[in-house]
Amino acid sequence: MGWSAMLPLLVILSSAIASFVIFFLDDDRLKLRQTIYLGGQVVKLVLVLVMLRGIYFEEDYELRVPILPGIDFLLRVNELSMLFLVLSAGLWLVTTVYSIGYLRGKPHRSRFFGFFGFSVSATAGIALSGNLFTFFIFYELLTLATYPLIVHRDTPEAMRIGRMYLVYTLSGGVVLLAGVVALQLTAGAVEFTPGGALTGNEAIGAVLAAIFFVLVAGFGVKNAFVPFHSWLPAAMVAPTPVSALLHGVAVVKAGAFGIVRVVHEIYGLDLAQTLGVLLPLTIIASVTIVYGSFMAMFQDELKKRLAYSTVSQVSYIALGISLFSLTGSVGGIVHLVHQGIMKVTLFLCAGAIAETLGIKHISKMGGVGRRMPWTMGAFALAALGMIGLPPMAGFISKWYLGLGAIEAGQPWVIAVLVTSTVLNAIYFLPILYSAFFGKPSEEVAEAPEPEGRFETDPLMLFPILTTAAITLLAGVFAGVEISPLGWSEIIAGRGTDYEPRN
Amino acid sequence: MSSVDMYLLSGVAVFAVCAYALVVHAHLVRKVIAINMMGSGVFVLLTAIARRGESIDPVPHAMVLTGIVVAVSATAFALAVVRKLHETTGSAYLPEEGEDAPPNSGGER
Amino acid sequence: MTGAFSSINWMLAPVLVPLAAATATFLLMGLRGRTRRMAQNAIGLAAAVGIAVSALALWAMVSGGGPVRYELGGWEAPLGINLYADGLSVFMLLTTAVVGAAGSVYTLGYFSGREGEDVRRREYFQDETGSFWPLWMFLWASMNGMFLAADAFNLYVTLEILGLSAAALIALGGTRMAFSAGMRYLMVSLLGSLAHLLGVALLYGSFGALDLATLGESASPIPPVWAALALISLGMALKTGLFPLHFWMPSAYTGAPSAASAMLAGLVGKASFYLLLRVWFDVFEGSVPPGAGQIFGVLGAVAIVWGAVMAMKQTRLKTLLAYSSVSQMGYLFLVFALVAGASPERGFEAWAGGIYLVLSHACAKAAMFMAAGVVIYSVGHDEIPRLHGIAQKLPLAVASFAVAGMTMMGLPTSGGFTAKWLLFSASLGTGQWWFGVVILLGGVLAAVYLLRFLNPALIQVRTAKVYRDAPRSMTVAAFGLSLFSLFLGLASAPMLDLLAVGGPFGGGS
Repeated sequence: MGWSAMLPLLVILSSAIASFVIFFLDDDRLKLRQTIYLGGQVVKLVLVLVMLRGIYFEEDYELRVPILPGIDFLLRVNELSMLFLVLSAGLWLVTTVYSIGYLRGKPHRSRFFGFFGFSVSATAGIALSGNLFTFFIFYELLTLATYPLIVHRDTPEAMRIGRMYLVYTLSGGVVLLAGVVALQLTAGAVEFTPGGALTGNEAIGAVLAAIFFVLVAGFGVKNAFVPFHSWLPAAMVAPTPVSALLHGVAVVKAGAFGIVRVVHEIYGLDLAQTLGVLLPLTIIASVTIVYGSFMAMFQDELKKRLAYSTVSQVSYIALGISLFSLTGSVGGIVHLVHQGIMKVTLFLCAGAIAETLGIKHISKMGGVGRRMPWTMGAFALAALGMIGLPPMAGFISKWYLGLGAIEAGQPWVIAVLVTSTVLNAIYFLPILYSAFFGKPSEEVAEAPEPEGRFETDPLMLFPILTTAAITLLAGVFAGVEISPLGWSEIIAGRGTDYEPRN
Repeated sequence: MSSVDMYLLSGVAVFAVCAYALVVHAHLVRKVIAINMMGSGVFVLLTAIARRGESIDPVPHAMVLTGIVVAVSATAFALAVVRKLHETTGSAYLPEEGEDAPPNSGGER
Repeated sequence: MTGAFSSINWMLAPVLVPLAAATATFLLMGLRGRTRRMAQNAIGLAAAVGIAVSALALWAMVSGGGPVRYELGGWEAPLGINLYADGLSVFMLLTTAVVGAAGSVYTLGYFSGREGEDVRRREYFQDETGSFWPLWMFLWASMNGMFLAADAFNLYVTLEILGLSAAALIALGGTRMAFSAGMRYLMVSLLGSLAHLLGVALLYGSFGALDLATLGESASPIPPVWAALALISLGMALKTGLFPLHFWMPSAYTGAPSAASAMLAGLVGKASFYLLLRVWFDVFEGSVPPGAGQIFGVLGAVAIVWGAVMAMKQTRLKTLLAYSSVSQMGYLFLVFALVAGASPERGFEAWAGGIYLVLSHACAKAAMFMAAGVVIYSVGHDEIPRLHGIAQKLPLAVASFAVAGMTMMGLPTSGGFTAKWLLFSASLGTGQWWFGVVILLGGVLAAVYLLRFLNPALIQVRTAKVYRDAPRSMTVAAFGLSLFSLFLGLASAPMLDLLAVGGPFGGGS
């Protein structure tokens, strides 16, 4: 096995080994733990960048190990893998730095960082999987690795929600397994192939269409499609960095990423259109988008509102993918990254506010913007991005989605986008208004003055500013070839005559 | 019906009757006897099988001999356990399902 | 191979080594105290190593040269005793070798309890007479003997030794519950093996043969064969604990000392299932009446759900595990329904899936009972409502429980995942999707009942009082075995190759 076969494995192992080691460290061995952990991250990031460069120059990375008759454990890297991988590796670093500040002096940090790292390893495995079988393995490992994070607070309430989380995601897992096995039996060993691996199988279309919906239902639980979404708002019981990870890259995104893989690299847009499975997906995604935004308006707890916002925003990805238009696909794929960055920013801000001022509810956020201007500024940037204001990243996504809807001949989707945008504005703008211009609430007035130079722990503040800056940069420099948008256009255009728009 | 057939049938009959006895009788010694006799039923059957051909087949005899050894040790062991049970509980009956766990046996509060 | 290596008879070793160890440790029962324990431990561990080595050697032999047959003392069948090893035999030998080795290490600590302990405990943790090792070695010898037996009568003899030594191990607990559980198991076991013996007598009466291969050639679908098959199936279903014949399992697994529970739940039930596989697929492959497999399949499906639901209701950890076994045994019996009328490829999938579950469940369930033993050793009881926060005090035991639980849930990369994948694939491939639904449902239910213990164990509010620390050999054995079960899924390819050697269905695709 050569270097190019081992590289994907090393990417996964780098975080897994670092996480495994720190399990055995006492909670007090702070320096050693952080050295090992951050060392693992840097190694991983370097490996990812090496691989990114390789993929850009069209090198192949593939590791194949036979597991069962006709079924291989397959790690294979392509452009889509890299998009997700860079996102997860980058945001892992950011959230880890944040967590160090967030968890300062709290118990069970070894356990926390250990499972945190495992989750990221599982996410990397999901990104690098070359077939559905391998994808499923990491998909389930992700479920297990995130469970201890969700119940991290160890309260009976957390345990109850942890059980709910497991039952939801494991049920989704078994449905997915059913789909994977059924596909294996129907079409043999299917690997992720740009343009669709099943092309030319129209003859068994009815069976494939049925399997498509089983697979989407399986992914739909983590993707939080209505009516499988209830676990997501409940999972807010977890510490904030976990929520950020869950919403930004790991769990929810794994579901969305799976749908992208299935539509683009298993079925292929053309076959999916022929089978007529795209429109139902569009409808499910649209319903989820509107429902999530609608529910978000009624949440007073900031994290809950953000959670319902995720329910809505993540379905943009499925929406874009389900439009029979490459422009729409670009919009969906790029939102994978954009939503991740924006939502992580929002959650990190929410966590910083809760830790610094003890405020968890929107009704008490009056004046927060004057007490923590940098944090709230970042929050505003990300929130405006979510609404879709140019030149933020979210605007790019919505623009491409809208164009895609027209191209696909589904103009009603524009109405969905507009409705969602209006609702986004309704549930985000009042927060910004009261934070910057509202009367200071009692909590803000009574909050202690910041201790150091910064308005909150610098280890929390800098990650927030970093992701907020990326939100802006990803939008402003969308025209550059290696921006998320440029990369998404490469992904969507593989195996087609698609011409990038810029 | 030849005498061999008689033995064949009676072997099976003994087995069946004793299997019935094993189920309906609650007293453990009766159960042990029932099991022992079920074995005997099989042995009768095997001995009869050995007699069916022209010459006598030694293989079933070997099986019966081995079987008797097993039956003796099984019965002895079963009786020993019955005695132990009687010593500890004062009864030669198995507790009903669910009564196995004596109230708060063992474990400190 | 070198001369010395090849001159050892690897066929005989897996039976002779534990038999010799049983005799030696039995004789050592005359000694007293620490000397006896050290000597018995040394002999037992040496035997475990010997069995593992010979199982590995047989693996190499069978993989290289196909199934092997050995005539004991040069006597031909039917009067002589033959040994026969194909892929399935070696697979089972490896299973007992792994689980048995871990179990042997576990007992080193388990029976280290001092005499005259003040607290009246649920389990005694001492072996005053030194009878654990001889019994355990007899049990091991009987299992290995069964896996290598080439004729139906030797299967009976090994079955009897198995039942007697297992019942004695249960009764070794010394508590009231242990005696009654041992007695109940003994009845069940004797009834099962007598049913088998009657079946064998019928077969011999019909075909004049005992050798499994010869029987397989001459068997035809006639009433005496059906009667024999019914008797053997009933007996073995009873001993394996198929719903609704599982009534003895909860008390037996709960009443036995945990060291013995681990071996019983892990291995003993699997041995009778092995016999069933042999009889159905090697001997009566063509003469099983249609629909018979469906009976087993339906009962198995009911067992999966019913066992899981009962497990959710239990308040004792060991009883919960016992009902979990009822559920998991159900999976094994799906094989018979899935194989019936399947293509060779699907048939192999179902068959191999069941056997893979035997291995992975053996490792996982043994590890879980060992973990339960650690809990009882340290806390003095295993009542779940009183085990809040136990994970802080016994992290490795709870970790073993959770890791092994992944096999019950059928999650990757555990062996249970491979097994359930194969079974599920076979159920869809043969169009019996309703079994597939149950297979998947069982995994989710398993998560629910395992969380019944794990959730309170992880909570930090109240902490159960820990009485003493468990010896390291106990926790290490439990954790090692659970890790092994977790990574079994990755080793599927070589293990399935092994199973294909001389197996039915021509080894699948």
